[in-house]
Amino acid sequence: MTETAVISDRRLEREAARRSKERRGQAIAAISTFVVVGGIAALVLTSPGWPTVQETFFSWSVFKESFPDVLRGFWLDVKLFVVVEVVVLVAGLLVALVRTSRAPALFPLRLLGTVFVDLFRGIPTILLVYLVGFGIPALQLSGLPTDPVVLGGIALSLSYSAYVAEVYRAGIGSVHRGQRDAALAVGLTDSQAMRHVILPQAVRRVAPPLLNDFVALQKDVALISILGPQEAFRIAQIAQGVNFNYTPLIAAALLYLAVTVPLARVVDRMGGGGGEVR
Amino acid sequence: MSDAVLEVRGVTKAFGSRQVLRGVDLTVTEHRAVALIGASGSGKSTLLRCIDLLEDIDDGDVFLDGEVITDPAVETVAIRRRLGLVFQAYNLFPHMTALQNVVLGDMRAHGVPRREAEERGRALLARFGLEGREDDRPDNLSGGQQQRVAIARAFSGRPRALLLDEVTSALDPELVGEVLAAVRDLKAEGMTMVIATHEMSFAREVADEVAFLHEGRIVESGPPERVLTEPQRPETRRFLSRLLEAGRI
Repeated sequence: MTETAVISDRRLEREAARRSKERRGQAIAAISTFVVVGGIAALVLTSPGWPTVQETFFSWSVFKESFPDVLRGFWLDVKLFVVVEVVVLVAGLLVALVRTSRAPALFPLRLLGTVFVDLFRGIPTILLVYLVGFGIPALQLSGLPTDPVVLGGIALSLSYSAYVAEVYRAGIGSVHRGQRDAALAVGLTDSQAMRHVILPQAVRRVAPPLLNDFVALQKDVALISILGPQEAFRIAQIAQGVNFNYTPLIAAALLYLAVTVPLARVVDRMGGGGGEVR
Repeated sequence: MSDAVLEVRGVTKAFGSRQVLRGVDLTVTEHRAVALIGASGSGKSTLLRCIDLLEDIDDGDVFLDGEVITDPAVETVAIRRRLGLVFQAYNLFPHMTALQNVVLGDMRAHGVPRREAEERGRALLARFGLEGREDDRPDNLSGGQQQRVAIARAFSGRPRALLLDEVTSALDPELVGEVLAAVRDLKAEGMTMVIATHEMSFAREVADEVAFLHEGRIVESGPPERVLTEPQRPETRRFLSRLLEAGRI
């Protein structure tokens, strides 16, 4: 009854102290940022080679000239990325399901799944792009793709499916076994329990690491340049060779960042509670 | 034996070198509730899990309506659809609403059309005092509410018998009553039940028979008033006096 709007002196004192501590914290953060960033900038800008670097890496005129071509090449990267991502999401899930199945009849598939993951996760992606990109056409079998973009896409799909399969599998393994028990107890079959109870929880849980892998994939798409397709990095390299100026590579780097940074922010947000499942 | 819904005969079960059940015999006739009492680790949960075929037994057999269900040739999924199991830790599906939890079995295991399943699910939730909570996820519900959803879920398949595994052990004391009320309600309807419990007063009130499980065997069973007040076996007496000391009776 006596709890009116009166604010005690003790409380005012405490709030004032809290505010001053907060202000002090902000001031320290600002000063420290200024010192570190300013220091690095001063170091770079006053270095003896800076004028040359500025001309060969950050030339505005070269940037303007090469950007449209690099952007056109980047469009190929984006298209390939989207297609490979879809393939990887599906293939990785299938491999994970095969590897976690218990059915005796699936034993050969299970073995194959293990070999698949060991093999394609164990080989460096760049090597896989080489082997698939040059190896498959060398077989000279009709019906096999010869387009370097398709071959590069296959190599990336193999590599990333192996990674993503393991991410899915970890997610499936992290769902408490009581969930499966409960699903079976209400009369579901094993596969129904997987589909309706375990998988939805597993996928929600692994969404952040999956997105993380896709940030990596988005960059690794540039690896297909070694097979010859005119994607952003390749075009930037060619432009660099023509002008003896590295600015086109900076343009390509900015384009990759334009996609990966927003993706990274999405990952951050998902990690922050949105994707949490008990 | 003629109207036995569940019959457990000489069931043994070991996990590795740990022998949990050493030959359990138990008969539950229609409309009767058997309270399974015994210390932690005496095998109560294991026995219920074996009856629901979540564990493979080593020896002996379990019969449901006179038909053996622990034969390797028996289709386990079909048997589980005729039984209901409520877990100590609720085990609700956290990605589903209360209503979705209740109707999942009806729709996927029993092939009930969605509209009908949801209608029944709503009625069941309302019956257990959960009207208006149909669209809540489990983590928005109290422990007592979650366990009542779990009871509704186990009951929705109209099981021949309901197996309750320490359904109040994970609850705060003030929430125990609402869950016991739900069980009492099912008992009044004539549900055949096996109730593993630490709540002796509840066993006395609801159960027609109390079975005391000790070191993997049922060493004493009978009407609650006899087993709980004049236990014949020293093991039962020791168990009950320990509970008494702990203030649990």
